[in-house]
Amino acid sequence: MKTSDLILQTATKLILFLIVLFSVYIFFAGHYTPGGGFVGGLLTSGAILLLLLAFDMKTVQTILPFNYLYMVALGLLFAIGTGAGALLFNTPFLTHAFGDIHVPVLGELHLHTATLFDLGVYLVVVGVTMSIIQTIGGDE
Amino acid sequence: MSLLHLAIIAPFIIAIFVPFFYKYIKGVHTGWFVLPLPILLFVYFISFISSTSNKQTITESFSWISSLGIDFTVKVDGLGLLFALLITGIGSLVVLYSIYYLSKNTEKLNTFYVYLLLFMGAMLGVVLSDNLIVLYAFWELTSFSSFLLIGYWYDREKSRYGAQKSMIITVLGGLAMLGGIILLYLMTGTFSITEIIAQSDAIINHPLFVPALLCILLGAFTKSAQFPFHIWLPDAMEAPTPVSAYLHSATMVKAGIYLVARMSPVFAEHALWVWLIAGFGLVTLFWGSFSAVKQTDLKSILAFSTVSQLGLIMSLLGIGAAALHFDELNPAIFTVATTAAVFHLINHATFKGSLFMVVGIVDHETGTRDIRKLGGLMNFMPITFTIAIIGAFSMAGLPPFNGFLSKEMFFTGMLSVLEMDFNWGILIPIIAWIASVFTFIYSMILVFKTFTGKYQPEKLEKKPHEAPIGMLISPIILASLVIIFGFFPNILSSSVLVPALETIMPGFSFDVKISFWHGVNEELLMTIGVILVGVILYFTLSKWRGVYGLFPEKLALNRFYDNSLDWMQKGSYGITNAYMTGSIRNYLAYMFTFIIIILAATLFGKDAFAFSTENVAQIEFFEVLLSLIIAIASIAILFTKSRITSIILTGTIGYIVSLFFVIFRAPDLALTQLVIETISVSLFLLCFYHLPKKLTEDPLSFKVRNAIISVGVGAVVTLIALSAHSNKLFDSISQYYIENTYTEAAGKNMVNVILVDFRGFDTMFEIAVLGIAALGIFSLIKLRKNGGKKVEDK
Repeated sequence: MKTSDLILQTATKLILFLIVLFSVYIFFAGHYTPGGGFVGGLLTSGAILLLLLAFDMKTVQTILPFNYLYMVALGLLFAIGTGAGALLFNTPFLTHAFGDIHVPVLGELHLHTATLFDLGVYLVVVGVTMSIIQTIGGDE
Repeated sequence: MSLLHLAIIAPFIIAIFVPFFYKYIKGVHTGWFVLPLPILLFVYFISFISSTSNKQTITESFSWISSLGIDFTVKVDGLGLLFALLITGIGSLVVLYSIYYLSKNTEKLNTFYVYLLLFMGAMLGVVLSDNLIVLYAFWELTSFSSFLLIGYWYDREKSRYGAQKSMIITVLGGLAMLGGIILLYLMTGTFSITEIIAQSDAIINHPLFVPALLCILLGAFTKSAQFPFHIWLPDAMEAPTPVSAYLHSATMVKAGIYLVARMSPVFAEHALWVWLIAGFGLVTLFWGSFSAVKQTDLKSILAFSTVSQLGLIMSLLGIGAAALHFDELNPAIFTVATTAAVFHLINHATFKGSLFMVVGIVDHETGTRDIRKLGGLMNFMPITFTIAIIGAFSMAGLPPFNGFLSKEMFFTGMLSVLEMDFNWGILIPIIAWIASVFTFIYSMILVFKTFTGKYQPEKLEKKPHEAPIGMLISPIILASLVIIFGFFPNILSSSVLVPALETIMPGFSFDVKISFWHGVNEELLMTIGVILVGVILYFTLSKWRGVYGLFPEKLALNRFYDNSLDWMQKGSYGITNAYMTGSIRNYLAYMFTFIIIILAATLFGKDAFAFSTENVAQIEFFEVLLSLIIAIASIAILFTKSRITSIILTGTIGYIVSLFFVIFRAPDLALTQLVIETISVSLFLLCFYHLPKKLTEDPLSFKVRNAIISVGVGAVVTLIALSAHSNKLFDSISQYYIENTYTEAAGKNMVNVILVDFRGFDTMFEIAVLGIAALGIFSLIKLRKNGGKKVEDK
């Protein structure tokens, strides 16, 4: 007998965005307040996990059609690329740069290359947790 | 690279081409292509006689590893030249003999001649090298090529056994010798023999002198088959007969003799050298001749005879060295012993080589070497018989052959011991005399049991006939040398003997005049006694043969060798099986025990334990509470009955740890710890869910050993943590981060700034670790041999 998960699924649809928003907030706030790529990534995968619990694996795969192993590779590329970028400016590997930059639509922004590095961390963490859960969960 | 170097290298170069001759020139026996080389080398080395007899030495150096003092330095002096002539001369004869002995249709001649040439080159290298490391390299190459030659018929079990045995024993000695060489280097700072000899007076009182002496002697004794290392030689008789004739009678077994003679100027001042060589030589002499009599295989008789004769030469070298040790004695008396040693060395090479070839002919023509099957061959092979008579009578020390002369000199040398004020000295000539009697007996057995007596055609595989002339040439040449050296010994004295003797004992003058008849003296009477007693014992052999049965087989050295190999193998199996149990619990127990021992020993051995309550923060209520919960949860895990309780308790600990992070003001850690703990608890639950159903849920069984080890580890780590905290040597560097987080890195979260900026390199590899873990899990699950299907519970 298949039980109806209506309450869970409806709640998920509401809560999912809250969690994702919180994880994005945590990710961006990492440089100033507690948080950062690692926790942000874990929270995002927590959101996807909730989705997996509420629906089945196939549905989630249709909603988020990612190959999470590629995401791991992409994250590592971000991290290494940020580090290697420093070499172009004749500075040691992983030297970060920051400053106030004028962006056409958004105006004056304080940007930091460490954020790109953190984005790498974020992608790797999401990719790793999701691919682990998916492979184990998808195993018969 | 001089011509002399080329002469040593030449056999190796020719060895490269031998397989091509074998493969592409099928019609001609490969041995013919090899034969010119030893002859050429022999002629080349003869040309050195004029210079060495004028007391010149020729030294050529070729830079090899100069920075380590290892150069391929070659020195031709009297001793080296004597050996080089033996090696190349007998080498030529053996190659000639082997051409007729080994059939080109049935034998793998390419490997045979490659090994033989390797051996020849190595042996030349041993006797001509002046650098000890180079000498050692060639020395091991002789062991190695001898191993290959003994195992030439590798499909026979006995060949493999003999090859392995000789390899183990000679390499054991070789390595000891390397140790001795290194010790000599430590004392003198050079590998050059010439320079070591020059410093010999300075090193005699060095503490490393005696160990070096013992190591070098161990090398010489194993190679020259001295008691108790002689056991490999009889088993090496499984080699083809030309090999036995060449390696195991004339050349390789004399490498040890060479080494002793070569190192005499360094060590002979020391009494230990004199007595060890003389003592072991005498024991070997006696034991070899005694054992030879009971053998029934012709080659075994010759093997034990070789052992005995090598002992004879060795003991003579020892007594000769006494002249260097005891200054108060008249050196002229002792130099006779050394002269006898070198003279007998030549004689032995001639008659033993010919006898081996004779035995090879008998084996070849009748199909057996067992003296119980042989007999009455005199009429079938008269030439072989004649050669055998000459060789055996020379070996027995009968006139008019060269063995007689060296035997007389041997007795003179042994009697000279009486000159020393030494209580048991009289025993030495007596033992020597008894050994000579046995030598006489086995020499007679060798000839007369084979060639005279009853002809037993029914026991022989084929009808015997005289060997082809090609096979007879080599033994005829050697037998003629026996006679020539017997009648005209002085052709050797000034050209070969004196230069060699002056190398062995520098500073002594030699005037060698070997005369055939030197009047009726003690030596002659001893020889007559040997012949009389020997003849009586030979004819009554069947009556006293039972003596050999008295000797318990259990005490035989071969038995000891076999058993000790067996014990070593079983012992190491036993030891390995005792601790390599395959159980991870045991290995963990070893590791933790060692951790306890090493850490506790260091902590208390270095007196590093300290306990101070300075710098300790105030203990708060929450900390006590959380610690209590963690402690209770930890202890509870040990006593839970079900696994799921353990998982939940582990989760409890994890969450409490994150609470600790909260109260210790680490929000990033607290956040991460919370999420990670959740994930890992759910993974644990996943594992729990998939456990086989049959698994019973028992509480942990209690083992005292494990309890002690775990309490020990906990205690040691706690003590170290306390000591480390009480011994702060310098301030933390965190002040830098506090000051520069915002100014340098434009961030306010110091933890994150350290992670991505100050120490981003670590983070980069940590995410790589995570990636690898994900890939690992992915491949473990997806890439299964059964295509990802479920594995049934076993």
